[in-house]
Amino acid sequence: MSGFLLVAGIVILVTVLLGLVRILRGPRDAERLMAAQLLGTGGVAALLLLGSATDLTAATDLALVLALLAAFAAVAFVAGLGMAVPDHRAGQGASGSASRADGDSPAGAGG
Amino acid sequence: MPEIPLPDPRWADLPLAFAVLGLALWLTLTRGDRAAVIGFTGYGLLVAVAWVRLGSVDVALTEAALGGGLMGVLLLTAVARLGSDIDQPRPSLPGDLLIGLLCLGVAAGLAAVVLGLPSPAPSLVAAVEDHQAAIELGNPVAAVLIAFRAVDTLLESVVLALAVIVLWSFGADRAWEARPRALDFGEPSPALVLLARLLPPVGLIVGVHLFWTGADHPGGPFQGGAVLAAMALLVWLARLGRPPPVTDGFTRLGIVVGPLMFLLIGLAGVVLAGAFLGYPDAFTKPLILLIEAAKTLSVAVALALLVAGPPALSGALSMRRTGSTETGAKA
Amino acid sequence: MDLADGFTAIFVSLGAFFFFAGWVGLVRFPDSLSRLHALSKADNLGLGLVIIGLMPQASWPFGMLKLVALWLLGVLIGGATAQMLAGAIHLDDGREPPGGNGDFARRTSEAGRNNEPGAAH
Repeated sequence: MSGFLLVAGIVILVTVLLGLVRILRGPRDAERLMAAQLLGTGGVAALLLLGSATDLTAATDLALVLALLAAFAAVAFVAGLGMAVPDHRAGQGASGSASRADGDSPAGAGG
Repeated sequence: MPEIPLPDPRWADLPLAFAVLGLALWLTLTRGDRAAVIGFTGYGLLVAVAWVRLGSVDVALTEAALGGGLMGVLLLTAVARLGSDIDQPRPSLPGDLLIGLLCLGVAAGLAAVVLGLPSPAPSLVAAVEDHQAAIELGNPVAAVLIAFRAVDTLLESVVLALAVIVLWSFGADRAWEARPRALDFGEPSPALVLLARLLPPVGLIVGVHLFWTGADHPGGPFQGGAVLAAMALLVWLARLGRPPPVTDGFTRLGIVVGPLMFLLIGLAGVVLAGAFLGYPDAFTKPLILLIEAAKTLSVAVALALLVAGPPALSGALSMRRTGSTETGAKA
Repeated sequence: MDLADGFTAIFVSLGAFFFFAGWVGLVRFPDSLSRLHALSKADNLGLGLVIIGLMPQASWPFGMLKLVALWLLGVLIGGATAQMLAGAIHLDDGREPPGGNGDFARRTSEAGRNNEPGAAH
């Protein structure tokens, strides 16, 4: 059984790595963030399989941490988009978006 | 069921090593800042898997939490504030080549040292195992950190607190009473808000579990604290809460309680066990757990504040150039 | 033990197949949103199948419960992340995300109005 699990783990790991190659080429940054998604699912699966095959007791803990934190790149990216939307009101420009510090946007109450 | 004979687990290492090296190469060559940061986050997660293959699950946990999660947030929010089209002077081609050669030289030197180690490499594993039973900790890493080399760990907790103070000193004087605004972006997407409502309780359990299980299995206060810090950052990024102002008493207490508890117990050891940071035999495990609990809290607070940034007045932190229309379509 | 091993073998193989299918979709699909779709759906399904397959190998009860918790976490995070990334992709294309995501919608339409008065929202 360990042999099978190890092979399966390696197969999934290689699939994840090949997927990374494709994703990092992706034309835009939002697409490159899919790497986080990929590692969060595929990386976890590979880790569980490899851990089970090599009798690693802490594999599940590491998989938990990996699953939890893999998404944080996406979280930070998406949160940062709040500021990255181009602001065409040239004079106010950057300070226009930044001064919405407590969620009071000029256009009215926040969604 | 035909049994596949167990292949050498090192077959998993080859694609992993190539991926790590390839990704590192891509990171150096890629032009877009956000793309590089995103790749760097993935790199941290891959290196965490590599650490597992090297047998250090404790380090893997720390790498996943810090390199993958917290560094990702720190760098991405920084890039978001700076804008994705920063004009940097490019070094010339000879300059680039020189940098590349120096890096290769350092890498070659490190490889020579590691590969040149006598086999079996000299290590203190036997000594640790001999004395571990007295500490009642099943995790040798924890035993080394909190018992055999406790002074180093104490100094490390103090350094973390100092780092927070240094970061705070970057705030403008008149902003001292204000809250950190580095994470202050516009209205978050509803999916992010959902995540920030559902994930923190889970993260809290995982963080406390990591601290608790660190006594006998891979884990420990640092890893647990890092996960807790990540949850706080999630809440702040989704604007369900805001980072505390630096003048807040509870925050300051949280930063300090870890090193302070460590120091007090260490000093008590002078009286009770005859040495600084000596643990009296009867209370070894409870004292260690007390130190680690306080350390988990302090690490969590300090790491979260380190990513949240210095106190600032609204509008002060934005440096985006006006008129920029690129929202990230960098190839 | 043989039944458990067979169960594991079948489900882990199915899981690996879906990961492969996800990779194929990633490489072959023409635009960002469909690639995201391939990644989210296929990979999450693959993870679920692998976890189901690993259940007989785990200890009862806590090993199995941990695996189930891991899967639920993966589904939750995967779903939310996919939504966030899709919103980011829509925004990047200059469209308002469907369903009107909070400020995203308002700010995209403001930007739209400032750019081309005739193309409001």
